Amino acid sequence: MSDPIKFHCKGVDVWYGDTHAIKDNDIDIHDNSVTAFIGPSGCGKSTFLRCLNRMNDTIDICRVTGTLLLDGDDIYSRDVDPVQLRARVGMVFQKPNPFPKSIYDNVAYGPRIHGLARNKADLDAIVEESLGAAGLWDEVKDRLAAPGTGLSGGQQQRLCIARAIATKPEVLLMDEPCSALDPIATETVEELISGLGKRYCVVIVTHSMQQANRISQRTAFFHLGNLVEYDTTDAIFSTPKDERTIGYVSGRFG
Amino acid sequence: MLSWAALLVCALALAGFFTAKGRAVALGGDTPEVLHSRPVYHGGFVAIRTVFAGLGVLILGLILTNIAIRWALYSGLPAGLSEIERDLIVSDGVALANGALASRTGEARDAVAALYGRLTTLQIWGLALASVGAAIFTLMQGLRQVSIPFRARSRFERIVQVILTISAGIAVLTTIGIVASLLGQTLVFFSEIPVMNFLFGTLWSPLSGVHDGTMDPDKVGAIPLFAGTLLITVIAMLVAVPVGLFSAIYLSDFASARARSIIKPMLEILAGIPTVVYGFFAAITVAPFLRDTGAAIGLSVSSESALAAGVVMGIMIIPFISSLSDDVINAVPQSLRDGSYGLGATKAETIRNVILPAALPGIMSAVLLGVSRAIGETMIVVMAAGQGANLTANPLEAVTTVTVQIVALITGDTEASTAAGPAFALGFTLFCVTLIFNIWALRLVRKYREVYD
Repeated sequence: MSDPIKFHCKGVDVWYGDTHAIKDNDIDIHDNSVTAFIGPSGCGKSTFLRCLNRMNDTIDICRVTGTLLLDGDDIYSRDVDPVQLRARVGMVFQKPNPFPKSIYDNVAYGPRIHGLARNKADLDAIVEESLGAAGLWDEVKDRLAAPGTGLSGGQQQRLCIARAIATKPEVLLMDEPCSALDPIATETVEELISGLGKRYCVVIVTHSMQQANRISQRTAFFHLGNLVEYDTTDAIFSTPKDERTIGYVSGRFG
Repeated sequence: MLSWAALLVCALALAGFFTAKGRAVALGGDTPEVLHSRPVYHGGFVAIRTVFAGLGVLILGLILTNIAIRWALYSGLPAGLSEIERDLIVSDGVALANGALASRTGEARDAVAALYGRLTTLQIWGLALASVGAAIFTLMQGLRQVSIPFRARSRFERIVQVILTISAGIAVLTTIGIVASLLGQTLVFFSEIPVMNFLFGTLWSPLSGVHDGTMDPDKVGAIPLFAGTLLITVIAMLVAVPVGLFSAIYLSDFASARARSIIKPMLEILAGIPTVVYGFFAAITVAPFLRDTGAAIGLSVSSESALAAGVVMGIMIIPFISSLSDDVINAVPQSLRDGSYGLGATKAETIRNVILPAALPGIMSAVLLGVSRAIGETMIVVMAAGQGANLTANPLEAVTTVTVQIVALITGDTEASTAAGPAFALGFTLFCVTLIFNIWALRLVRKYREVYD
């Protein structure tokens, strides 16, 4: 496991108003691999994920302190435009949220905003490539003009992944991407995430320990705002060290 | 006397409530759960049917006996009088009996007065006794029915349901009645004036030369009024749509909670200002200001202009559009905003590319409802737009609108029967147009709801 470090985080604290949601956490997230955040509800794993692309900036009362370096650059520095950062760090949400537009326009949304395509042919190529990477191209290539909201739940989520890939990000953040999907759609999306992990830095928040076990190379266990234990997925699930981790992965609480 | 009877009926009902409730409580004893209905329902059922019986007899009786008295008065009159004379004698007789002034006095009138006095005394006493009697009878019957298995609760609720149905029925019937009378009078008008002359004529002066009661079909062309209404509506929407929509976007996506808590109530105050206040604001403040400004830059603006009326009407409609648009913009799920921000879109890009398209049907319906308000708005245009039916597209001149002309026709000193014809035709046209806009708007809203619920 010698993948280069993508995110270097040190002494990260997050407050929502007076609530201390994340308490002094350090973590290094590696490139070209899948890192899973697990832990009971309200443990801060989603909050921490949303620090990585500054999505927390959209919440007025949220305050983030500490060092978060992406490829060695502080993403909370004054010079960084959060909008530009989010183009580099894409995000997929818990509930599939395709825009009420056509399938094509959903995928082309990011490239159009960031001016990634010089002409229509370029854009077509990006859309095809992204849908292909999300394993959706064969299913929708004949109805690109159909509304994205008309797809099934699993297809919608893969459309959202394609939409995130289309902006050519370096990192993909996924916030419980399968929790609103049925088991079969979940399997498809999990395979897709495993594949994406070979090319991108993927960080996934999940409630399912089996899912973390299946698709991730490293796992971080959060509890009450603390990063309790962070190691390879094998180590977390076979030889956890902390009492709380042992309790959680063996199903005794959470 | 009759009001005392009504009061007595209510007192009986109240007494019935407590008696029936007391009886039910006594029947239940230590095990009140054996009662099918709780005591309060027994009381309520007795009370409500007592009121129904007593007041029902009173109201129905009053209507029927009034008709009967009228008939008796007329049939007692000497034969060989014209209808107008008979009406006069009867109304004078009634006035005399009531101690009011009559237009004339005479034997026939005194006879009517005497008969009327006798009959009304009889009517009042008879009705009072009958209604109290009916109330007592129903009350006793109700009290007898109080028993353990008696389903007072179901019956009480059925009565409540009937009351609700009647209330809804009144609203519907009134609407149907108004539309029917509008339609009837309009048809009468169009039987004299060809529809085409009305809809496509360009000269509006319906009351010039109507002393003999007939209208010149060439002078009832409503095009200038439609054009004036259209012009003012367009100006109003040019003001209201951008300002209303932009303020809605500001409120929903940019304003801090504090700013929102101040601005939103302010906008709602704007919606609460009576239109008559907007009217004199337009006539006294805005119109002279526009005229003077126009004069300063060498434009001739008349002191009553479509522009002044339209701008003020636009201001009046702003809260309407902003509040409805704010609702639909807020109804766009946060997940769509997050999705867009997560792809690196700015706030403005998110609003333009995701939120506005998603909220568009709702915004359109807000605009349509605004249009239908602008078309039907009266006070502002009466005061600020002018009276002359002037066919022009120049917003700096005075124009008149459909609503202004209806006001002029009805409040003018021409006989109502003559002036009502064109007024009804205009009113009906207005009704049709606003109805179409409202239905269109409602359909759009429904379509929008289907997407997100």
